[in-house]
Amino acid sequence: MLLALAYLAAFLALPPLLLGIVNRVKSRFAGREGPPPWQLYADLARLLRKGAVYSRTTTWVFRAGPVVGLAAVATAGLLTPFGGAPAAIGFAGDFVLFAYLLGLARFFTVLAALDTGSSFEGMGAAREVTFSSLAEPALFLCLMTLARATGSLSLGGMFGPALPLAWGRAAPALLLTAIALFVVALAENARIPVDDPNTHLELTMIHEVMVLDHSGPDLALILYGASLKLFLFGALFVRLVLGFPVEGLAGLAMFLAGLAGFAALVGVIESIMARLRLVRVPQLLVGASVLSAFGLVLLLR
Amino acid sequence: MSAWTEMVFILVVVLDFFLLASSRLKAVIRAAAAQGALLAVLPLLLASHAAELGHVLALSVGALVVKGVVIPWLLLWAIREAAIRREVEPIVGFIPSLILGGLGVALAFAFSSAMPLPTPEKHDFIVPTALSTVWTGLLLVVSRRKAVSQVIGFLVLENGVFVFGLLLSDFMPTMVEAGVLLDLFAAVFVMGIVMFHINREFSSLDTEKLSALKD
Repeated sequence: MLLALAYLAAFLALPPLLLGIVNRVKSRFAGREGPPPWQLYADLARLLRKGAVYSRTTTWVFRAGPVVGLAAVATAGLLTPFGGAPAAIGFAGDFVLFAYLLGLARFFTVLAALDTGSSFEGMGAAREVTFSSLAEPALFLCLMTLARATGSLSLGGMFGPALPLAWGRAAPALLLTAIALFVVALAENARIPVDDPNTHLELTMIHEVMVLDHSGPDLALILYGASLKLFLFGALFVRLVLGFPVEGLAGLAMFLAGLAGFAALVGVIESIMARLRLVRVPQLLVGASVLSAFGLVLLLR
Repeated sequence: MSAWTEMVFILVVVLDFFLLASSRLKAVIRAAAAQGALLAVLPLLLASHAAELGHVLALSVGALVVKGVVIPWLLLWAIREAAIRREVEPIVGFIPSLILGGLGVALAFAFSSAMPLPTPEKHDFIVPTALSTVWTGLLLVVSRRKAVSQVIGFLVLENGVFVFGLLLSDFMPTMVEAGVLLDLFAAVFVMGIVMFHINREFSSLDTEKLSALKD
């Protein structure tokens, strides 16, 4: 129980550090010193002390966007099994709720962007919706493969004790699933082959353009929510790749090391790859879907 | 051992997906070469007894040299000499062809066990992999506009046939395999030269334009 609380505390406290590691790896690759890994904490503290500016054209939807977004992602965190600990809440079929809580967060971000009435934000919203509608089948196919491999319908069971057995029986299928899950994680978190989180004045940006009009505490909530989401996907990926739950403090340490490795991997990919052209992004996501579908086919025969 | 064989089969199918989705001509040629080289490993992995070692070795070395080295080199030479642009230009778009490929692979894996075979299967994945790769090759031949991409489709098709031939490798003399490889080599060689000449005469390798020919 105490350990489960430790995992939950890590989930709430560490995500900004994850983004810090990504940025650190990227700046090292570019030969720069880079900001300290805890930079995002400072940013969040600064933003929280500011006031927010609201346009007169916006309604309550605009203000609700960041709050609902953060709340939905945090609730999805309650369903996620971290490392060795079981999820705080778990029931058969909770992976559907998990996927749609993330969908709800995205939906409200999109609504808030549309609520500003800015055509630029509308463009970003359209792109976000298009690409996430392609990422969602890939995510569901990954989860279905896992459900089939472990014979469980809840996230806690899929990433639980049955996983090592599944790795022994169907390693290739799970490997394909892991690759597809990683691509989905990059797409959902607006990382580089799909979207560049660091640009702010380009016509190809997707996620960043939707949050341009948020300021102060609202922006802090959005940044924090985005890092939570990266942490969630990282947790699933690390759990899948590590393959076995390790009990106790060793498990916690291993899980956190795995997450740091995940962040470093994301950083390396962002450093060595260029962002794809927008027309190529669906190709990547459909490719991920096809890969995970192939994994499922391998398991079904 | 069996896990490695399975991994090779799955990599072959994943390369099929890559071939369907990639738009870079050089990347496609390299992927086809990698697939050929992977196939060369299979006879060794599937060999059941030591008596056929010479046969298996000949098969594998032949495949490696012809599919993995000579033909890709020839194709790379052809696109360099003919100064072909790197884009593939499909008739059917990349996403539809990827989805079609995925469907074909799913069907191949679902129904291959229903297929009556004269010999016992050496590995569960031989038939589905062969069918998927043949299907990919067909798609590439039919849905690509440029002659080079069509040649690559033909090559992939032959890769599928090769996998199917592994079923019979106990009974088939090396000479037959060598003949097939030679056929393939000759076909690609001729196509390479033809491409080179078409390109010099007409300044385009677009096969669509052939249908507009009139006497």
